[in-house]
Amino acid sequence: MMAINNKILREEPGEIEALLPWHAAGTLSARDSRRVEEALARDSALARQYAAIQEEYAETIALNESLGAPSARAMQKLFAAIDAEPARKASVSSNISARLAGFFASLSPRTLALSAVAAAVLVLLQAGVIGAMLATQQVGSYQTASFSTPRETAPANPLPRAFVRFAPDARISDIAAFLDANQATIIDSTAGGMFRLQFGDKPMSKQEAAVLIARLQNEKIINLAAPAQ
Amino acid sequence: MQVLYGRHHVRVFRFGLRLVRNEQVAEDLISEVFLDVWRQAGKFEGRSAVSTWLLAITRFKALSALRRRKDAELDDEAANAIEDTSDDPEVTAQKKDTSEALRKCLTKLSSDHREIVDLVYYHEKSVEEVAEIVGIPENTVKTRLFYARKKMAELLKAAGVERGWP
Repeated sequence: MMAINNKILREEPGEIEALLPWHAAGTLSARDSRRVEEALARDSALARQYAAIQEEYAETIALNESLGAPSARAMQKLFAAIDAEPARKASVSSNISARLAGFFASLSPRTLALSAVAAAVLVLLQAGVIGAMLATQQVGSYQTASFSTPRETAPANPLPRAFVRFAPDARISDIAAFLDANQATIIDSTAGGMFRLQFGDKPMSKQEAAVLIARLQNEKIINLAAPAQ
Repeated sequence: MQVLYGRHHVRVFRFGLRLVRNEQVAEDLISEVFLDVWRQAGKFEGRSAVSTWLLAITRFKALSALRRRKDAELDDEAANAIEDTSDDPEVTAQKKDTSEALRKCLTKLSSDHREIVDLVYYHEKSVEEVAEIVGIPENTVKTRLFYARKKMAELLKAAGVERGWP
């Protein structure tokens, strides 16, 4: 048996052959999928192996699905541990920390219990992105979106703000790039996964704001965009 | 956190359970994983999917839990040698139930092979994502899965199940 094992283990898969499991799972790039499809069409041995892989794929899913789910004890233990965590510092000297603290505070179980599910997930992800982004910025150059300025108290034109719901498959890197490219700041989130964003700090006319909303609606990573105050 | 937990805890639990093979330990594991996520949310760099990040943490925690257990050596080779009280692959094959034989073989794979099979087939992770979770080069990911499949075929063959490959 050992000799057979050694013989098997010495064999190396071909380039396409090695990709077959990912083809079955649908996680290959379009280019690799095309290459695999072409190889399967002309190689019957490869096609037989692919049929075996599809069986393995189906049975692996069935096996994992049969494992059930954890009991409520795990969740209770987790949230008891979170509640026992030391309170995160709210009174911090720098705006960076203040902003981070704001995001983390919004992640507390009690707060989240009142907010929508999707909104909470996105806030968590945003915390990571913003934390990473701000870590590279100078503290003095930072200004919170909710910071009260004369422009905000009595603007001739309102500051450009919009309610935005990101697409479920939007990646953090895409959202970060979008925020950066549009000088956008997250002001708050609402139920249903909507975020109120502010775009820059200069007032916009109604016409300019309408153009902005139209542009947002065409963004791939945005499902919904609407004017906000 | 409730949302994140609600969305991912079942898959995290199943991945952990397949690694540690103990429901109690797997449940403790998911509490530890999500508590770590809670503490380190700011460190998430967004370069990968949240599920990939979670599975990588789960894997690390599972391996640590196994190391902590006195009977950690139960896993891998030793686990393969343990007699299963239910039907073995041979008996299953006699019942002409290839599906069940396959599932039984999936449970008899080594820890390294089990995790890679699960990550690719069940958790639908790409080559790059598996490499990130397991911490090995992408080419090793491909060859390790190939060997896992070879091992599975070998177990099936020993059980009298022929599938036309290899």
